[in-house]
Amino acid sequence: MDFINHQLFIKDINVHIDPILPKKTAIITHGHADHARFGHDHVIATRQTIDIMKIRYGDKCAKKFTPLRYGQKYSIKNYDFTLHPAGHILGSAQVLIEKNNHRLVITGDYKVGKDETCKNFKLVKCDTLITEATFGLPIFQHPDPKDEIQKLIRSIKINKNNCHIVGAYALGKAQRVMNLLRQQKYNETIYIHGSLEKLCQYYSKEKINIGKFEKVSSKDKSFYEGKIIIAPPSALKDRWSRRFPNPIICMASGWMTVKQRAKQQGIELPLVISDHSDWNELLDTIKKSKAKNILITHGQEDALVYYCKKQNLVSKPLSIQGRGDEEIE
Amino acid sequence: MKKFSSLLHNLILTPSRNTKIKLLQDYFKTLDINRAYALAILSDQLSFQFIKASKLRELVYGQVDQHLFDYSYDYVGDLAETISLIWPTNKEGKSQNLSTLIENIKKIKKSEINTEFSKVLSELSNNERWTLIKICTGGLRIGVSERLVKTALADLYNKSVNEIEEIWHGLEFPYENLFQWLKNETSKPKIDFKKLFHPMMLANPIDEEKDFKRLDANEFQAEYKWDGIRVQLMVSSNSVSLYSRTGDNISSAFPEIIETTKGDAVIDGELLVGGNFKPSGFNDLQQRLNRKKASKDLQKKFPVFIRAYDILFYKGKDLRKLSLVERRKYLEKFQKENTTNQIDLSTIINFSTWEELTKYKNNFYDDLNEGVMIKLKNSEYLPGRKKGYWYKWKKNPKLVDAILMYAQRGHGKRSSYYSDFTFGVWKENELVPIGKAYSGYTDKELLVLDKFIRNNTTNKFGPVREVKKEIILEVAFDDVFPSTRHKSGVAMRFPRIHRIRWDKPINEVLSIKEFKKEFKID
Ligand SMILES: [Zn+2]
Repeated sequence: MDFINHQLFIKDINVHIDPILPKKTAIITHGHADHARFGHDHVIATRQTIDIMKIRYGDKCAKKFTPLRYGQKYSIKNYDFTLHPAGHILGSAQVLIEKNNHRLVITGDYKVGKDETCKNFKLVKCDTLITEATFGLPIFQHPDPKDEIQKLIRSIKINKNNCHIVGAYALGKAQRVMNLLRQQKYNETIYIHGSLEKLCQYYSKEKINIGKFEKVSSKDKSFYEGKIIIAPPSALKDRWSRRFPNPIICMASGWMTVKQRAKQQGIELPLVISDHSDWNELLDTIKKSKAKNILITHGQEDALVYYCKKQNLVSKPLSIQGRGDEEIE
Repeated sequence: MKKFSSLLHNLILTPSRNTKIKLLQDYFKTLDINRAYALAILSDQLSFQFIKASKLRELVYGQVDQHLFDYSYDYVGDLAETISLIWPTNKEGKSQNLSTLIENIKKIKKSEINTEFSKVLSELSNNERWTLIKICTGGLRIGVSERLVKTALADLYNKSVNEIEEIWHGLEFPYENLFQWLKNETSKPKIDFKKLFHPMMLANPIDEEKDFKRLDANEFQAEYKWDGIRVQLMVSSNSVSLYSRTGDNISSAFPEIIETTKGDAVIDGELLVGGNFKPSGFNDLQQRLNRKKASKDLQKKFPVFIRAYDILFYKGKDLRKLSLVERRKYLEKFQKENTTNQIDLSTIINFSTWEELTKYKNNFYDDLNEGVMIKLKNSEYLPGRKKGYWYKWKKNPKLVDAILMYAQRGHGKRSSYYSDFTFGVWKENELVPIGKAYSGYTDKELLVLDKFIRNNTTNKFGPVREVKKEIILEVAFDDVFPSTRHKSGVAMRFPRIHRIRWDKPINEVLSIKEFKKEFKID
């Protein structure tokens, strides 16, 4: 661990992982805005992550891009880097760094459960594991996403005169919700907020089954009765959502586990669909990684640190600048 | 149980009143023993404090690691929800209906709670577990008022809410007579009104900008708003009883009133502490509240009396449809029959313009009243908080600037924000906390404070965060008393955050000495 500091910076070779500010060399785990930023000199990431960055920030968001396939080695001095599937969103990767027989894995955001919209998580054994802990509390035990999506489908059947607006992060979650609906044989056109269009088109181009979708337009109010609209969470409280007929506000997020939180955000139909590991998956990953040294970032670190120490693992929290515990995509 | 717990789940998440009514009506379409339990639970009438929070914690510690539970509880902020989420579920659990479940739980012996209640919890789904814990610890707090449930029932069965309201306090679980009447199988249940508590008429806060423009001062009269507890006194030839605003019988705690009052009437008034009808403040009243019995000594030291506002019945006559002015004549008659040290009349303030009323609101007796009540002269006595009849106008609060010291996550609705703030004033070079507030701020201010706290934590004590001493809060409060329990020597009544004082440097905040001097505390 002594070669990387708590900003995920390898001073020796001037390489950052998911830096918040523009840097010389940045390895990017995935395209979410709290990981992928604009303005680095050199970005190393999967091809899909690079594509996503270009869609979001423009072709010139970095001076140079090096796409890596999963498992393809990239070396700087005596450091070897490989990327491995993280199962979080399309293109998401864990970073394995090897130096003098020491293996360090930075998971980035990850989930262990199945997901048709991206390559599924691969466990990488290592000596040091830097794991995320967005849902690092035992209250988070994600249910089967199929059951959750069924709740939405049932509600559409019952409330024929309402439209359902589903809050979902524009990148990853939105397309996963669409894919889950398709898996459950919901074959209607899905309507999307304008900010989702390019990313949805990209997912389609990458052969992810999200079915037929269409950008919301200024159609007659009644047109949207009985329809599903997907929008980024920020649009739910916006004037934007008022143009729809009797909207039922839904939200697809792991945070929806907690009723009080759903209530606070004015969510009427919470759908517990997460792109992060739940508590048991975090514990399982820590155990199976065989790492003796566990560093914990992103979220509810305390409980996980406590748990690791109880298992006689060396563990401490890493508080990474610029990341509050509740604004994570 | 599945149906009832999903009803509660949906009620909590639905902001719309109409949808809530619709959900309730869907549920109450059939009227059976499960619905009787549900009605009792929703209206807080099921006296079923089966298990205390401390016992629940003991049970959950038997199932999961204590520290992991505590971290989770700190995050969620609601005990029932934390337990329901963290409790290991036995997947083969069987579903029981609400009435069977409660009846089975009632049969559990005290000595067997640990094993038997744990077993029940394991057999339920998350949501059912949450519901059961809410029921068993008393108090749902799901944002559904008793009134809303009555409205839903009334609309569904074509009755008027007022009819239900009138008989409500005479009804008992399992509500057979109510249900039969709703289904039109029998006539309206007969209730002996004189023996029963009548829901009180309550006031709405006045909107100074809108209401004073809209309302004609000549149609209203005012009374002082006293800082005691609202009571209903029922007097008949063979018994006298005293009820709190929520309909609890509190007679035994105030024997001097029960023993001395005579006549035949139902009175609405304020219970206050003080000799010769001079109220001595809420702090003194507190010495009498929360005590089931009052010794002679306590009665002497903290004498109580009722300042009568209104009268509902007099000598068997229902006065509730009369105007306030008419009722007052009966109230005065009643008072003449009771020239004791225990009953006096609330003074009526006459005024011809709203400006004229302002001086009464702010200046009278300084600390002993909270403002004024403004009442429509020809208002009937209507249960609940009807709009347009009675208003309350609180006097301006006291204000002090204090420095934010500690913060904690709120509970319930605010559980993801640092929304409980402890603030203090100077004592030499240190700060000493003088109070804690968890309301008053705007949503925007809450976000700013929450962010400040997250970025400026200097120390953590369990769930409490100590923060950099930079933020000055203007705290509004109703009153302040000397206190031996607090390090500062003072205790505030109803402190809330009035605003954030960005303009003031922290060294201009008062010292505790200056604070005590300003608010006249020895
Ligand atoms: Zn992410």
